[in-house]
Amino acid sequence: MIESSHSNGQDSSVGEIELEVNGRRRHVREGSSVRELLEMLELSPATIVVEYNRDILDRERYSETVLKEGDRLELVHFVGGG
Amino acid sequence: MTRSTIDSTDADPGRSPAAVGETPLDTAGRDGPLRIGDWKFTSRLIVGTGKYPDNGTMVRAIQASGAEMVTVAVRRVDLDRSKEESILHHLDPDEIFLLPNTAGCYTVDDAVRYARLGRAAGLNEWIKLEVIGDEATLLPDVQATMEAAKILVEDGFKVMAYTNDDLVGALRLEDLGCVAVMPLASPIGSGLGLINPYYIREIKSRLEVPVIVDAGVGTASDACLTMEQGVDGVLMNTAIAAADDPVAMAGAMRLAVRSGRLAYLAGRMPKREVAVPSSPVGGMLD
Repeated sequence: MIESSHSNGQDSSVGEIELEVNGRRRHVREGSSVRELLEMLELSPATIVVEYNRDILDRERYSETVLKEGDRLELVHFVGGG
Repeated sequence: MTRSTIDSTDADPGRSPAAVGETPLDTAGRDGPLRIGDWKFTSRLIVGTGKYPDNGTMVRAIQASGAEMVTVAVRRVDLDRSKEESILHHLDPDEIFLLPNTAGCYTVDDAVRYARLGRAAGLNEWIKLEVIGDEATLLPDVQATMEAAKILVEDGFKVMAYTNDDLVGALRLEDLGCVAVMPLASPIGSGLGLINPYYIREIKSRLEVPVIVDAGVGTASDACLTMEQGVDGVLMNTAIAAADDPVAMAGAMRLAVRSGRLAYLAGRMPKREVAVPSSPVGGMLD
C-alpha cells in the first residue's frame, strides 16, 4: 500500500514522493492519501488534527486528499500543558 | 460543569444546586457558580495538565483538586514514539472541560494558528489565549494578545485571555469580547505568589467578565490570598504538578480556593495599626 523511508541520500525509487511531516522528510508511494499516511503511522484520526500546507484539513477529506511531492504536513494532538 | 439553558436556574443562582456547590459552610448562600460564557462551574479552581511525573498522578491530582476545567496544549505528535500519547487517552472530555491553550506562542499568527488547530480537534470553540513577549520572564505581549483576541473573537472563539496585572490591558481585552480575562499573580512557573493584590482587586472591580488569576501561585496560601481579593477563580499548573506530592497539593489548593472565596464573601475585619483587646477590659481583679 504505502511505504516510508527516511531520506538516505539515494534517489527515490520510482513512484515515490517526498513530503515533510512534522518537520522531517518522509517518502510515501505516489498516489497515497492523507488517510493512508495516518494508517501507516498508526495514528487515530479521532485524536489527531492535520494541517496540510498550512491549512487545517477536515477529517472527511483525509481519504480524498492525495499527497503531492513537497507537501508539508503537521500532525498535532493535545498534550499536557498549563 | 453544566451548560446554561434558557430554563435553567439562571434567574436565581443562589438556589441552584451548583450555587450551593460542595460547601456546607456558605450557609448564607452568597456564592453562585463560576459562570464563564454560557457555562457554569461549581469549582473556582482551573488546573493545567503539564509537568506531572506521570499521567496517573495527573489524573489523581485533577480529581483531588475538584477542578472541572483543565488546560491542554497543542503539539506535534512525536512520530518516533511507538504509541501515540494524546492526553485524550487519559481525560474524558465528557467529564471535564478541556481548554486548549496557545502556550509557547510569541506572535499573533502563531497564537491564531494554534487556536484553530485546537478547535479543529473538535472539542469546543474555547481557547486560553496567551502570547508571550519575553523569553526570560514569560510575561505576556499584551498588544499582541489584544490583536489575536480580536481575530479569534471575530472567528467565533470563546477567548480566555492571559494578560499582565494591568487594568487598561484587562479592560481592552474585555472590550474586544473575551469571555474571561486572566491577569497573572506573578510570572508563569515562578511560584512567587500574588505580587500585586491591589492591581488584581482593581481589575476585578472594573471588569464585568470573570477575572481568573492565572500563573504564579506557589502554594495554598497564595491561592487563598488570591481568592480573598474577590476574583472569580484561579488557574494553576506548576504549583500542583511540581509539588513533592502533587495529589496532596491539589487537595490543599481545592481547600485554599474555597477558603479564600468564603473569606472574601464573609467580609474581613478592617486592618488597624493598633491593638484592640478581644476580652472585656472591665471586670479585672484588683
